[in-house]
Amino acid sequence: MNLLATQALAKSFGDNRAVDAVDFNVSEGEVLALIGSNGAGKTTLVNLVSGLLQPDSGQIIFAGADVTRQSSYERIKVGIARSFQIVNLFDQLSCADNIALSIFSREGKTAKLISLAGSDRAVWDEAHDVLRRFGLDRQMAVPAGTISHGERKLLDVAVAYALRPKLLFLDEPTSGVSTREKAPIMDVVTSIVRSGGITVVIIEHDMDIVFRYSERVVVMHQGSILADGAPDEIRRNDAVTTTLIGTHPSGEAAYGGTGHAGS
Amino acid sequence: MTVFIIHVLNALLYSSVLFLIAGGLSLIYGVMRILNLAHGNLYALGAFVTAWAVGLALEAGAPRGVLFLLLPSGAIAAAACGALIERTLLRPFYKRPEEYQLLMTFGLLMILEDLIRFVWGPNPLSATTVYATLGSISIGEDRYPGYNLVIIAVGIFAAVFLWAFIYRTQFGVILRATSQDKRMASALGVNVNRVYIQAFTLGCFMAGLGGAIVVPSQSAVLGMGVDALVLAFIVVVIGGLGSLEGALAGALIVGVVREAGITLFPEIELAVLYLIAAVVLLARPAGLFGRP
Amino acid sequence: MSMGAVTASSKVSTTVRVGAWIVPAAALLLAAPFVIDPFQTLTLTYGLIAAIGALGFNLLLGYTGLLSFGHSAFFGGGAYTVAFLIKYLKIASMELFLAGSVLASALLSVLFGYVCVRYTRIFFGILTLALSQVLWSLAFKFFWVTGGTDGLRVPTPTLLGAAPTDDKMDFLVHRYYFYVLAVFAVCVLLMWVIVHSPFGKALQAIRDNETRAEFIGIRIRRYRLIAFVISGIFTGVAGALWAPLNGLASPDILVWTFSGEIVFMTVLGGFRTFVGPIVGAVAFTYLKTYAVGFTVYWQLLLGTVLVALVLVLPTGIMGAVEQLASKWKRAS
Repeated sequence: MNLLATQALAKSFGDNRAVDAVDFNVSEGEVLALIGSNGAGKTTLVNLVSGLLQPDSGQIIFAGADVTRQSSYERIKVGIARSFQIVNLFDQLSCADNIALSIFSREGKTAKLISLAGSDRAVWDEAHDVLRRFGLDRQMAVPAGTISHGERKLLDVAVAYALRPKLLFLDEPTSGVSTREKAPIMDVVTSIVRSGGITVVIIEHDMDIVFRYSERVVVMHQGSILADGAPDEIRRNDAVTTTLIGTHPSGEAAYGGTGHAGS
Repeated sequence: MTVFIIHVLNALLYSSVLFLIAGGLSLIYGVMRILNLAHGNLYALGAFVTAWAVGLALEAGAPRGVLFLLLPSGAIAAAACGALIERTLLRPFYKRPEEYQLLMTFGLLMILEDLIRFVWGPNPLSATTVYATLGSISIGEDRYPGYNLVIIAVGIFAAVFLWAFIYRTQFGVILRATSQDKRMASALGVNVNRVYIQAFTLGCFMAGLGGAIVVPSQSAVLGMGVDALVLAFIVVVIGGLGSLEGALAGALIVGVVREAGITLFPEIELAVLYLIAAVVLLARPAGLFGRP
Repeated sequence: MSMGAVTASSKVSTTVRVGAWIVPAAALLLAAPFVIDPFQTLTLTYGLIAAIGALGFNLLLGYTGLLSFGHSAFFGGGAYTVAFLIKYLKIASMELFLAGSVLASALLSVLFGYVCVRYTRIFFGILTLALSQVLWSLAFKFFWVTGGTDGLRVPTPTLLGAAPTDDKMDFLVHRYYFYVLAVFAVCVLLMWVIVHSPFGKALQAIRDNETRAEFIGIRIRRYRLIAFVISGIFTGVAGALWAPLNGLASPDILVWTFSGEIVFMTVLGGFRTFVGPIVGAVAFTYLKTYAVGFTVYWQLLLGTVLVALVLVLPTGIMGAVEQLASKWKRAS
């Protein structure tokens, strides 16, 4: 069953057709990797679906309803959430505050003026729980701007996760993180979202991560979907390897062991 | 018909001075992203210095021609002051949030206001001799002060000169490049610090020139800087912060509206200007020619 | 250790820290008229009034990240509301003055805020400045309504129904002072609750990262507007309390440079803390009073203080205090 389906979704910036009549769909419960070289349109697609941008044409159907004209607030309410490639956190607030804000928002409590935030035990208990599951409980009371980059990437995902979305977009969740730290981050993220039954779309450049953590890979190139299938199929797909991965179809060896392609 | 021409000239007169002040403000913002709240006081400084210099020369018995030569002294003083301010007070704030810059220029406003009072006292200074020298010319059956035409001429000349300077010289190219992307300009070898001080000095020169040429027709009085700043604000809001064409268009609009307002609705003329500014900000937040 | 316990203990520690200050401060404030001379008490009253205004202003600056250069509109609006109530409706009750100014400030700030909160940073500041200048020019031009540059007289009001005594000075220094102190206490408590509420946290989120706030479902413009209105109301209340004390409502409190003073006092105290604006407002009031009395070049003095402040002590008095306190803690 398709949780998300776009129909001929298009967005241009001047002459540049960033997203060119794309039919992109995601089934409920799957973990999908969205790959492609820079400028392929991945981030624009996510921006369109999450509501940061309005499409020029086409439709976005989420859980059976047309959300194309809905604002980003409304899309969050129906269950679409995202993390950001360049970390977007509330730096002066504590890590717990960052998570709690998602929870308050989710429960519609942010408009409460004459009530102390600290008095809502349920919210803070849940915030602590989320932090613990992401391995950040040591940083609970610490301002989000002061923790390490890897921890910030995790917190960025956690803030989106705390919204209890149905569909979660992770925009390069391991970018800027050292190779050693990437796998632990992805392990935490995928186990948490899997256990929550959340459908995940991951934008990634690191082919290692893509092949290890995703069930399905969608390849974008110059605004269109080039290929769509299981990781192994994609690895063997000639069109994909020539535009993206490299000329050797044997996988890892093609990109000299750095694990990065297309950037 | 004559009356109409005089109204047009009055509007142009007001616009000329406004263009000099607002153009300077806009130039500084365009290049450096600094909104200088003390800008009006540099206009005031220009007025006071010129009036003072002319006054001294008059006492020394200098001929009329010399008085005219002394007119730009205010502009030069304002420029020098600007260079000093940029080097000592503004430079530490470039890497800091713009709110701090704004506060710093507000403090500067207070300092300059009292420095002017300290040097020249609480009483107005005038240079009416210069004004009277040029007598009046006939327009139809009316007489119109000749000096006003000088102001209009300076305004037009300044607009043309600035346009040529910014769009036809190499320095202008560097200026525009730095204002668009200072990191890129720096990477290409532009000495951004030097461009900043030059831009700021030029902006202050313009403000000072506005004060210098206006002082023969109206005295230099304490508080003129603060009043001028708000008007300059209206001009750049309407025309667009950071745009020279915007400063010109805004100055012309404000000049015309003010002249029409004074003639037709004297009570609310000032409020009308502020309202126009607010409306423009609502409809087109970047102003007519501004970059959003 | 569960989150609940940590929150509780950190709340306790904050409460203890704040509590340690509140009791002595309250005692000092309550005792003031009996231990210091009348002129000092008057200055303190002005300081407390300014503190209410600065507290309101800082909801926008410190907590929502919006620097307004037009708050004189609300302060002056509150003061002129009192003057109009006296002149045109013959009202003399302070309670009605306060109610009237709350209403007037709310209307004014909804109007201004609706326009201004679509923008941020410099454009927000410019727009607030321009709109407050509209008000100023109206006060000037419609002199037959507002008294023009002469302003409107504001005689002493009745407090809780009790008419003022004949000795105006005694009235101001005692009964009016305690009235202001009471309103001040209510305002401080109210603002404290607001900034510690979920709404307050949402404002801080908007301040820290507008994009993320939007993407966790916070309605940016709406919340900014609400903050703007609350801010305007607090500052309007300050203006209403100020008018009877000053005895006159004039365009001086509507001009944009007065807005600059509100910003000055908030930054002086430290806009990143809750009590910073209070401390800054009282300090600024004393500073200006003594500067004006000391030299005719008081603007030079204050301007230099401001420049020095943003150059070397941008976190203000409270910022410096906190830095010293943490150094002390580390040393011990």
